[in-house]
Order: sequence, then C-alpha cells, then structure tokens
Amino acid sequence: MYTDLKWKIPLILFAILGSAYLAYPLKDKIALGLDLQGGMHLVLEVQTEKAVEASLERIADDIKREIEEEDYEVDRVRADIENKTVTVLMVDAIDLKPVEEIMKNHTAYLQNEGVVREGRGYLFRLSEEEETRIEQNAVSQALETIRNRVDQFGVSEPTIQAQGERRILVQLPGIKDADRAIKLIGKTARLDFKLVDESVSPQTALNGAMPEGDEILYEREENVETGEVTKTPFLVKKRTVLTGETLSGAEVRYDSDFNEPYVAITFNSIGAMIFHEVTRANVKKRLAIVLDDNIYSAPVIQEAIAGGRAQITGQFTTEEARDLAIVLRAGALPAPVVILENRTVGPSLGKDSIEQGVQSILLGGLLVIIFIPIYYKLSGLVAVTALMLNLVLLLGALAYFGAALTLPGIAGMLLTVGMAIDANVLIFERIREEVRVGKTVRAAIDAGYAKALSTIVDANITTFIAAVVLFQFGTGPIKGFAITLCIGIAASMFTAVFVSRAIFDSFMSRKKVANLSI
Amino acid sequence: MEIFKRVPEFDFMGKRAIATWLSCAVILIGIISIAVHGGLRYGIDFAGGTLVQLKFKNPPAIEEVRDGLRTIGLGDSTIQEFGSKNHLLVRVERSEGKLEEIGTKIKNSLIGKYEAENIIVERVEMVGPKVGKDLREKAILSIVYAIIGIVIYISWRFEFQYAVAAIIALIHDVLITMGAFSLADKEFTLVIVAAFLTIIGYSLNDTIVVFDRIRENMRRKGKTLLKDVINASINQTLSRTILTSGTTLLVVVALFFLGGEIIHDFSFALMIGVLVGTYSSIFIASVFLVYWESRSAKKRV
Repeated sequence: MYTDLKWKIPLILFAILGSAYLAYPLKDKIALGLDLQGGMHLVLEVQTEKAVEASLERIADDIKREIEEEDYEVDRVRADIENKTVTVLMVDAIDLKPVEEIMKNHTAYLQNEGVVREGRGYLFRLSEEEETRIEQNAVSQALETIRNRVDQFGVSEPTIQAQGERRILVQLPGIKDADRAIKLIGKTARLDFKLVDESVSPQTALNGAMPEGDEILYEREENVETGEVTKTPFLVKKRTVLTGETLSGAEVRYDSDFNEPYVAITFNSIGAMIFHEVTRANVKKRLAIVLDDNIYSAPVIQEAIAGGRAQITGQFTTEEARDLAIVLRAGALPAPVVILENRTVGPSLGKDSIEQGVQSILLGGLLVIIFIPIYYKLSGLVAVTALMLNLVLLLGALAYFGAALTLPGIAGMLLTVGMAIDANVLIFERIREEVRVGKTVRAAIDAGYAKALSTIVDANITTFIAAVVLFQFGTGPIKGFAITLCIGIAASMFTAVFVSRAIFDSFMSRKKVANLSI
Repeated sequence: MEIFKRVPEFDFMGKRAIATWLSCAVILIGIISIAVHGGLRYGIDFAGGTLVQLKFKNPPAIEEVRDGLRTIGLGDSTIQEFGSKNHLLVRVERSEGKLEEIGTKIKNSLIGKYEAENIIVERVEMVGPKVGKDLREKAILSIVYAIIGIVIYISWRFEFQYAVAAIIALIHDVLITMGAFSLADKEFTLVIVAAFLTIIGYSLNDTIVVFDRIRENMRRKGKTLLKDVINASINQTLSRTILTSGTTLLVVVALFFLGGEIIHDFSFALMIGVLVGTYSSIFIASVFLVYWESRSAKKRV
C-alpha cells in the first residue's frame, strides 16, 4: 500500500530543502529589482551613422594625404556623407592614372563608381559590408567603453549589455546621483587638440570672413554664483593635431597655489612624439584643448614640451575633475549616444514600494490562509501547507535563475498563490462530490485527484502559454512578472497536486481513516 | 463548511438573452467612453514622454509648481497628485535624448519657492518616441501571439468551437476592462498590458474549468440537450467558481487598497478582470456553445 511514497517523500524533501538552501538567507540570495531597491535603467542608442561619417571623413583625409605625398596635385577629396561616397578630384586629368595605383590600398572597402568631372576625378562608394562593420564596431566599442567607465565609477553589480542592433542597456542598481551617472556614461569624451588661428579675430570670422580650414568653437564658462554662462568664441584650425586616442593615463591633481583640481594627462609614446613635434613647431601660438567640441582651455605654448605630459584646467569641482579623468582613461565613445529610455527610481521610493507591496501580500495571503482551513477543515490545512511550500519553491527558483524580484514580480507571486489555491479547490470539490455519492475515503481521494487533474493541467497550461509569450515580448518590469508567473505555475502544479496528494497518502498509510475532514 | 448543501440547479442558460444584451450594453458604454475620450489614454510607455515624481516635505501648491515649470518651458506639463498631497507627478509630452536629467532640471526650477532639501526626485521615467512605438507594437503582438497559442491548445484539447468560445469570452473581458479604464480615466501602460494578459490567463482558467465539466458530462449523457448539460456543468462547478474567484478577489482587493500607488492601476484592472472573467465563462463562453449548436443544427435541417 502506498509504496510510491517511498520515492515521493524523498523527492519532495529534496525539492523543498534544495529551494530553501538556494533562497536562504533571502536578503543575500534574491536580488531586488530596480523598482524595489532604487536605481537606474537606461537604454542608449549609439548613433552609428556618426561613426560611419567620421570613418568616411578620415578615409578622405587619408587619401588626400597619400596622393599629396606622391607629389600629385589634388583639387580636393570630398566625403559625401549622405550618399556614402568619396570623390577624388585632381587638378589635371593626367594625374588620374597614378591615383588609381594609390587607391589600390582602399579597394577593400571602396568601390570605384567610375570617372566624373570630365575625367578629372573618380567617385568611390563605401561598401555596405564596410558600413555594417563600422556600425557593429561602434556598438561593441561603445559597450566596452561604457563598461570601463561604470567599473571605474564604482557601482556594484551593474548590467551593461547590447540590445538589438544599436542599443545598449545599462542598469545601475542603488545609484544615488543619477545626474552624474548619466553624464559619465553618455559623454562622448572626444578629446582633440587644435591650433588656434590668430590671423583674424573670431569676430571677423563670424561675420563671414572665415579663413579656409578653420572653424569657430566656444569656451563655456559658468559663473558658479549666478549660474550665468558666458561663451567665448575661438577661431581654430579644423584639423586635429592630436586626439585623445593617444592618451595613456589621466588623473586628478591639485594645483599648488590655489589647491584647485585639474586633470593631468599622459600620452603614449606616439602621442608624446606628436605632442613634442606640435609644440616645437608652434611656440608662442595657442593650442586649444577641445572636448566634444567645447574648448576647455587654450594655453599659449611657451616651449617645446617633451615627455608627453599635459594638463587640462578649467573650473572644475573635484567631482567633475574625477569624472573627466574617468572618461578620458576609459576612452571616447566611437559615436555619440542618445538616451532612448530612462527609468530612475530613488532609493526611498523603492523602500516604500517594497514595504507596501509586501504588506498587502502578507495580508491577502493571511486572509486566504485563515479562510481555507475554515472551509475545508484539516484538508484545508493540507492545502495551506502545500501553498507555503509553493512559496519556498518559488523563491528557490528565483534565486537559482538569478531573477530579480520586482513589484510586478510580487504581483505574479500573488497570482500564483491564487492559482495554487484554485488547484486545491478543484480537487477538494471533486473529492466532496465523490464522498457524497458514497465512495470510501480512499476511493474518493483517488477519484477526486484523477478527475481534477485534467482540468488543472489545461487551466495551468493556457496561463503558462500567456506567461511565456509575455516573457518573450515583454521588457523590463513585464519580464519580471512573466518569469515569476512561469515558475509559479510550475511550482503550484507540483505542490498543489503532487505534494498535497503525498500528504494525504501518508496520513492514510498510517491509520485507517473512516471520515475525511474536508 | 459548504456553500451549497446540494448541487444547485440555477437555470443559467435560461438567462442567456438577458446576459448577452447586458454584456453588449456594457461593452458599448466602454466603447462610447473611449470614443468620447478620443481613444485610450496612453501612458508614456506607449506615447513617449517624461514622467517625474516629486516628493515634497509639505504639500505644495500646484499653481506654484506650474509657475516654476514655466521658467524652464515646461508650463504645459500635466501635474497631478499621486497618492497623497505631498507627492506630485509631472508628465511632460516631450522626451529628450540629451544627457541631462530632467528630474534635476525640474527640481532646480522649484528651488526658491521651496527649500532644496524639501524636494526629493523619487522617480524619473523617460521613454523616447521610438521606444514607445516599439513597446506598443510588442504589446499588441504579445496579446495576439498569446491568443493564437491558446486557440491552438484549446482546439487540440477540446474542439474548435470551444476555442472560439473561449476567445470570444476573453475578448469580452478585455473590452470591458478597457472600457472601465477609460471610464475611470486611467492611463494605459506596460504594466496594464501585463494585467490584461493576467486577466486573459485567469478568464481562460475559469472558462476551461467549466468546459472540462461540459466535456466530461457530454461523454456520460449523450442524448440530453446541450443546454441542460451546460447548465448542470456550471452548477456542479459553481461552488468552486465562487471560492476561487472569492479568494483571488480577496488578494487583489488587498493589493488594491494597500499595495501602494504604483501598483494601484494594476490591481484595479485585475479586480475588474476577475469579476468579469468569472461572469464571462458562464454567460459568454458557455452561452456561445449553445448558440453555435443551434446554428449548426439549423444548417443540418
């Protein structure tokens, strides 16, 4: 009699104890979602087209330089961003033949589209594979850079992952200063050194007399007290003499006179060489330090600087200087990013939500736990026991899958509780029916479980289908709900059908029960 | 304890005409309400935009807050109390991808009127228009796929007309809940989609319990009228229906009143859904089976 209990009970104990082990202590084993502990959920989009543009322009620059190095006269090399083409235009049509030779270095990613402008030039188109490659590179590089920045910023257990083709998901649990984090993550941080052109005043250039190859950039200064921003225009050469790619380090220092923070940067050997070269050739001129098209400072070069060290000064607070050093160390983003989605929950709100959520669940659960034994007597107690075990299993599974507990997740648990109760109600009502038609206790239990089973399975599977779809298509909060529901359905089938049956059976195997307390 | 000492003998199918008209009327009211409101009220998840929740130490004057927002060009924002007088929810239609925290910006615009330490930015949610569109499509897709999956399963386990009946019942439930949302002037958000899928699951659960009984009884007494079989089946499962709906409602009501503001609309949807879902498995899904049979019976003659 009841020989199958021999394997059922150990199996049940194993599942329950295993879950309890996985989930205990709750505080350490189950991570809270961002909505419960506070934090930031960001979806960024890498503007990969900007990376393509930059590549195209760099290619055009390279081609021009290469042709000039061979001493041919170039009219111009123009990158057309919209059509993704590069036009190479020579002064003389005769020079087109040698250009073909030079262009052989670039045929891997540029397709020759034929001769243009009366035989003086060639039109090249960027291949689609190259475009895709640049875009993919930009995203993976951006991912890497953001990861570096976040690591250096010091956030515990951040999530940084690619989402779709050009999106990046960043989750920072428990972050306090959201503003600062956004700036740190999203700043492109492209560092350029450009020579200031002092042949004309910026004002004249703004009025229309812009020398060729020059541009106007601004230095922004904010008055700390009034918050007023003054913008000073500078006329600089468009050509970047040195970029942040050649940096090997950046750190915060304090100047000895005023104790003001500044960022000390170190170049790698190539950067140091170029820096030395540039400063030697331009003594007494001004070199602008440009970050994301904003001029930070434009000191006058006093003498050639060897050793590859420089400093970025500005009106920094220590925090700003620290963040700047971080982004410089971590490197620039290959393309700017925009924020597509930002959900930030303050830590206090998170705490309030969890308290209210948990309280309401406890109350709802308590009402059910009181009511069921009143209605079904001892059998009701069996159902309640099964329900408790269901929660243990659910928590264990959540811990095992590393799923975070979110507010919608709590709602999912609630629904699970409802479904688990329903399964037992279905079974008990059936058993009562069987008892009414005069069956013995054992036969009634057998028949009740057997008949209710197909209903329970059908009902749970349909809900399970809905939950799986939710998990597939849902984002963020909905995923949390779906995963708890999926796990919950599985757990409640196990406890409400299998475990509660085993409890009945083990009672029955001990003594002869004439009247079922149901 | 028992709800019914004996299996009750209510004539549910006899009331089917009234029930059908009642459902149509309620759905119609909902649709009219949606039309009058100019469509469903989408939250920022679907419409895009920015939501900032502020907590003040002392209840603020909404007009003063609006004045502050005007200084940063956000005067046309929707400002509403959220749960208590100390919490304000500011909703801005725009969503900017710029690297600037709108929460901080809003807070700064209010400094001067209120002490900085008395204002806490509790929550910022910004959804760009692109993401909003994505989410909208995904939400619709998820509901469609869920329905397809369920139809296939029920057709396989029961018969095709049962699947149709179940789907009609759950469309009925979703329509009524949507109408209730529109009448209560509540926003349609991602979380509400989750609630709707839950309702779909619940409603099906309920419908299937009744169908299961019908299937079982059909096998047993082959010659009785379908109408009577259905009536008997509903009556046999009635105490279970009341119990389950009752306990689920108990939990959902607790959530509605005590779960906090953030989960309020979610539990509101569930509350309506549980009630309507229970009703529809009896008066919509089962009734449809009777209509289906009388139609195919006529065809045969």
